[in-house]
Amino acid sequence: MVKRVALTAIATATFTLSLQAERISGAGASFPAPLYYDWAYDYHKATGKEVNYQSIGSGGGIKQVGSRIVDFGASDKPLKPKKLDKKRLYQFPAVIGSIVVVYNIPGIGDAELRLENKDIADIFMGKIRYWDDKAIAQDNPHLKLPHEKITVIHRSDGSGTTFNFSYFLSNVSEDWRNEIGVGKALSWPTGIGAKGNEGISNLLKQTPYSIGYVEYAYKKRNSFSAATIQTKNGKWVKPAEENFIAAAKYASWDPNKHFYQILALQPGDNSYPIVAATFILLPREKNETNKKVTAFFDWAFKNGDESAQRLGYIPLPQSTKDMIRAYWKKHNIDPSN
Amino acid sequence: MRGRKAINALVLTLSTVSAVIGLIFLFWILWTLASKGFDAISSKIFIYDTAPPGREESGLRNAIVGQLILVGVASGIGIPLGILAGTYLSEYGKNSKFANFIRDISDIMMSAPSIVIGAFVYAVLVAPVGHFNGWAGSAALAIMMIPIVLRTTDDMLNLVPTQLREAAYALGAPKYKVILQIVYRGAKAGIITGVLLSIARIAGETAPLLFTSFNNNFFTTDLNEAMPSLTVTMFNFATSPYEDWIDLGWAAAFILGSFVLGVNIIGRAIVKKKKG
Amino acid sequence: MHKVVDKGFEALAKLSAFFVLIVLAAIFWVLFKEAEPAIETFGLEFLTNQKWAPNLEIFGGAPAIFGSIVSTFLAMIIATPIAIGIAIFLTEIAFEKLKTPIGTAIEMLAAIPSIIYGMWGLFYFAPLMREWFGGNGLGLLTAAIVLSIMILPFMAAITRDSMNTTPHILKESAYALGATKWDVIKDVVIPYAKAGIIGSIILALGRAIGETMAVTFVMGNVHRIPKELTDPATSIPVTLANEFTEADSDLYYSSLFYLALILFVISFIVIAIAKFYFLKKSRSAK
Repeated sequence: MVKRVALTAIATATFTLSLQAERISGAGASFPAPLYYDWAYDYHKATGKEVNYQSIGSGGGIKQVGSRIVDFGASDKPLKPKKLDKKRLYQFPAVIGSIVVVYNIPGIGDAELRLENKDIADIFMGKIRYWDDKAIAQDNPHLKLPHEKITVIHRSDGSGTTFNFSYFLSNVSEDWRNEIGVGKALSWPTGIGAKGNEGISNLLKQTPYSIGYVEYAYKKRNSFSAATIQTKNGKWVKPAEENFIAAAKYASWDPNKHFYQILALQPGDNSYPIVAATFILLPREKNETNKKVTAFFDWAFKNGDESAQRLGYIPLPQSTKDMIRAYWKKHNIDPSN
Repeated sequence: MRGRKAINALVLTLSTVSAVIGLIFLFWILWTLASKGFDAISSKIFIYDTAPPGREESGLRNAIVGQLILVGVASGIGIPLGILAGTYLSEYGKNSKFANFIRDISDIMMSAPSIVIGAFVYAVLVAPVGHFNGWAGSAALAIMMIPIVLRTTDDMLNLVPTQLREAAYALGAPKYKVILQIVYRGAKAGIITGVLLSIARIAGETAPLLFTSFNNNFFTTDLNEAMPSLTVTMFNFATSPYEDWIDLGWAAAFILGSFVLGVNIIGRAIVKKKKG
Repeated sequence: MHKVVDKGFEALAKLSAFFVLIVLAAIFWVLFKEAEPAIETFGLEFLTNQKWAPNLEIFGGAPAIFGSIVSTFLAMIIATPIAIGIAIFLTEIAFEKLKTPIGTAIEMLAAIPSIIYGMWGLFYFAPLMREWFGGNGLGLLTAAIVLSIMILPFMAAITRDSMNTTPHILKESAYALGATKWDVIKDVVIPYAKAGIIGSIILALGRAIGETMAVTFVMGNVHRIPKELTDPATSIPVTLANEFTEADSDLYYSSLFYLALILFVISFIVIAIAKFYFLKKSRSAK
């Protein structure tokens, strides 16, 4: 009986093999995952084509496209041209997002808490351990800070969000640069680990007096409170969409470098300091599947800006999209080809 | 004498209390599963596939079908292999060194960490093939299943009286016929139960699927593709921050738990009926 | 004709039996091959090095190994007395009418997928732990307790089976001599079933140390050796579940296989001890 069921299952599986929709698979960054899910869902509705995106972290995106296990990888850590040549990958940006420092302190609302950039580093290094520490209190005279231990929540997987966040911290704190450094996965001196932006959000919700860092879409969707932090020049800046856009304006893309660019700490009085583009990685030898992938992103560039804005991302400007389309053409992977 | 009585009473109380504590925790978990799962179950779950958080048309259809296929194919590989191997041990190998060695090895395999099997299958069936695929997931589950089926088959065939075999030999039947027609018939109930329990066991495994069949947001029956499963979906959804996903995670847990328990109950009922 | 089929069937059956051996050998070989670069780079220092910093290409397995061993050990300390208590309850104390239903219920609970224990741990048990012990609710102790609850039914069921092997006649004669229930348990059941009980416990240990899903939700996922029981930690299966799909450098990938190999060897040894040392008797009895 069981065998018969199993055999039927196999038979069905082989039978339906021929009735398949066009299908591509991607994996990687959790930073843009809410948007890619949305795009893929709407793309499927519109065209019947399936894009299976799995959020496993940027490290996973780089690894799995590098090993050619998925059709495209996604990473918010851009790879340098040399590395791309070595791994035989193409790279282009898909959307811009922002990393916000989120906290769960009962009684303290969104953007109310001000954190100096170097204090953020100290908190995530475990040097500032209580919420009413002098360093925090002096910037927040109007808040009643609780004498509670800070629970740091960081990523346990290889993460582009962590890369950009640690890049930022390394530039604002010498201690951080010397003791922790920059990377997708770090040796954290304190806190608990969670998988993905999703995991951090899940734990932050459940853990009072905790602090974490997530892409803005996760903050927006879960109505977290995020800290007001400092621009490159030390001015207070709220974690607000207009300030992300102000920073994103400074982006300058170079297709010859495969768009390699880190957007953190841009100049300007309103520029939120931790803004990052998220990138798509394609295997150079897979021309045919690459065209299917670029077709998806071409569609998303045309039809997906509204989704992006609704979720809290910053769509790429038209000029950048045109630049990316030219890049596809140059490498013979544009969808119309 | 009094001391003895007192110790007796104390020990009996402690045992009863520990039993009660243990049972309370276990039923607490079962209750959570039932109430959370029941709340989250709706017909939508069987109609729609997994969708981005916040969408109306969101369900678990792809994960349920994927799970059935993965477990079905694993059973298709694991059951015949397990039964054949068990038959060899009981009917041919008997107490030979080789047979006992295989018995020992399958005991070890039975308790091997499932995540390590996942890593092994990734190295053998995912990396060389070039994409996550359902076959790899099924293979990982089959590897876990074979030793269980092997050992129960071995044990059950051993229970078949020798006289039955001898009577059949006396009639001039060849060995394979004796095995297929006499021995298997005698051990049928036991083997079916063992097989059912092994299906229940692998159906609840998550770790071997994480790196093999991976996950898929779409409905698929193609084993060459990444394939969704209830367990991996539960893992992803339960660790997400989205209420609707977490609810779906509980619904998946409820469906899976009911399936596993249901198969277990059927398996036990078969043995009982046979005994009675 | 019959002869050919006969031989063919035997060969097929033998091949299937061989398959188990081949798979086990293949697992060992593949784990070793994939782990080789890390073994060559770090050698045995891997076992004691506490630093796990993928951005610096430094990989030390000590926190994960420590977490695996300590969480399992704690889980055993918690689960063993309770499991033995349940087993005694089921064999000696409960009314006849209760024995079967409760016994069956426990066996059924042993079949519940471990991921469900993990989900329960995250959503229901971790907040309680936070209230009781402070800290953040996720950590070594929480993982150990969830693990102990997960293995409890399995352990209780097989311990009960071992105790049930005690011949009735022995127990009856002891009772006839005026022994209390505790006397019978202490002087008849436990001595008779000792090897089986210990074997069952070690078997449960083998299952606990390889468990992934029940603990990955609640352990805290950090590569640090915890200073306190409530601190977050990691274990080998948890590390694999979190990091396996994304180890983008060769050494990182290889180090994860090194951990997998260590786990496989540990569980191999544990099970071998349980099976060949303590459970020999029960097998030959079959």
